[in-house]
Amino acid sequence: MLSGSARAFLIPGLAALLAAAAVLGLSLGTIRLDWTTLTRDDTAATALLQLRLPRVLLAVLIGAVLAETGAVAQALFRNPLAEPGLIGVSAGAALAAAVVHTALTGIASLAALPPSLILPIAAFAGGLAAAVIVLRLARRDGQTDMTTMLLAGTAINAFVAAIVGLLSTRADDSGLRGFTLWMYGNLGRAGWSEIAVAAPVLLAVALWLPREARGLDALLLGDTEARHLGVDVERLKRRVLIAVVLATGAAVSLAGVIGFVGLVVPHAIRLLAGPGHRLLLPASALLGAVLLTLADTVARTAAAPAEWPVGALTSALGAPFFLALLLRMRTRIGLP
Amino acid sequence: MSLAVTAVSHAAGRRRLLDAVSLQLEPGTVQVLLGPNGAGKSTLLGVLAGDLRPLSGRATLDGRRLADWPAADLARRRAVMMQRDELRFPFSVDEVVALGRLPWQRREQSPGERAVIAAALAEAGAGALAGRRYLELSGGERARVQLARALAQIRADDGDPAPRYLLLDEPTASLDFAYQHHVLKSLRRLADRGVGVLAILQDPNLALRHADRVSLLANGELIASGLPADVLDTERLSRVYGLPIVAEQGPGGRRSLDVAETPPAPAG
Repeated sequence: MLSGSARAFLIPGLAALLAAAAVLGLSLGTIRLDWTTLTRDDTAATALLQLRLPRVLLAVLIGAVLAETGAVAQALFRNPLAEPGLIGVSAGAALAAAVVHTALTGIASLAALPPSLILPIAAFAGGLAAAVIVLRLARRDGQTDMTTMLLAGTAINAFVAAIVGLLSTRADDSGLRGFTLWMYGNLGRAGWSEIAVAAPVLLAVALWLPREARGLDALLLGDTEARHLGVDVERLKRRVLIAVVLATGAAVSLAGVIGFVGLVVPHAIRLLAGPGHRLLLPASALLGAVLLTLADTVARTAAAPAEWPVGALTSALGAPFFLALLLRMRTRIGLP
Repeated sequence: MSLAVTAVSHAAGRRRLLDAVSLQLEPGTVQVLLGPNGAGKSTLLGVLAGDLRPLSGRATLDGRRLADWPAADLARRRAVMMQRDELRFPFSVDEVVALGRLPWQRREQSPGERAVIAAALAEAGAGALAGRRYLELSGGERARVQLARALAQIRADDGDPAPRYLLLDEPTASLDFAYQHHVLKSLRRLADRGVGVLAILQDPNLALRHADRVSLLANGELIASGLPADVLDTERLSRVYGLPIVAEQGPGGRRSLDVAETPPAPAG
């Protein structure tokens, strides 16, 4: 763990790291980019503005939101292994995406929308709908019971997975392939117009969540204990859950499922700076942004012109790291 | 001015947990709640803390219903130490105690706040635990840190003379012999400074030794309330606990209670 004075450098240090990662992400790609001649090189300028800048921006925002909402979910569930997926957002989004991939042409003619827009809109709506069901099921006597939410979320996740499985028998080959790739997360789908809609939501949630830091700290003691400390637990939970659902819904609808960022990043920060949310939330957001930016840069350059699904990459790197964390530092990350 | 319940009843489903209980916690006293398991002690503490809304009757602080108090104001007037401990995140001991300062919204890490935290730790017999990781502590050590958190919570630093209250659910449960007395003496000093202390205990001898008042609960009813020596009468205790209890004169003329030796059942 960092000493008190070293903790003061954590945020500036991570911010500098993020700036470096963003510049790296903008510089690397199939089209060589020379920053000095950029203004005179149309191809390079187009690649930068239309392809790389939106992607890097999306990586920064989604990485930040995934890591931060992961930390928040762990506080709400009072479980170091929780993640927003437990609320059902990803599952609902996946079901909607599966429906779209199975019957895209039919839906496109029905809704009179360009196919590229139908998928994110449907995924966002599906994620929201699943989350609303889970949140409803978890309310008892006017209070949100997180254990019930965990069970309800698990049930909804299983149910949705079953329907997706059934749907896949109806899909044609291209629909099946499209859905499988969607499931693994990719930051290359969204253009400027989608980002313009989603970015304010992602940014607002990322900046707002740290304001609830002290209440979330108190929640780690227990709901009753937090109430004894004067925290309006029910309203805190409701506010924070809505923010988490909106942000993860926006993230998953644009980029698909990107695993392990929300699980690994908060743990890494807790090892450095402890579990206090005032530092944990902004630091997780920055580190999440750094990691996803770097992962996406690797995903689109390592096998260019082919692209790796970035969600598979984060899971492939995150899982062993997480396992090492789990086995070597159990008590330090709060496991019994 | 007091923390009080008046004719409070509570139930879980059809099971009656409290039956028309009235009790007043006065500032400057140590009041002990005693009774068999399942008597309703924790339920009564929950009502006094504002966790449970009574089905009938009133729970009030300074005459105003607990439910009508703004949560943050209430948190500056009373602290609660619960028996269970759900914390599973790797806070340091000082950070746990600092959470008790949340209702005061003071700047963290300021010299004043650090002094309050250090004083609370010392008062709870946990001074030596400062700087340790909470999750690496034993059960008894954690209990002392949680007590320190409650003490830090009701440390008034706004010059407001309104009395504070401390509610404790078995604060001595996991403590060794020496710390049981240390903690109860700390509660006494707290009462001497004007705090109203209500503690659930299981050991009538600790109540005899440290309480100003004792309230005895059984089956959700308040059997007796008053001075320890009066309430902890051997005949009454024998009836409530359902086994013979005798009083002995200990060294220094102090009365202590014990379970009577029952004669072995005749063979055959």
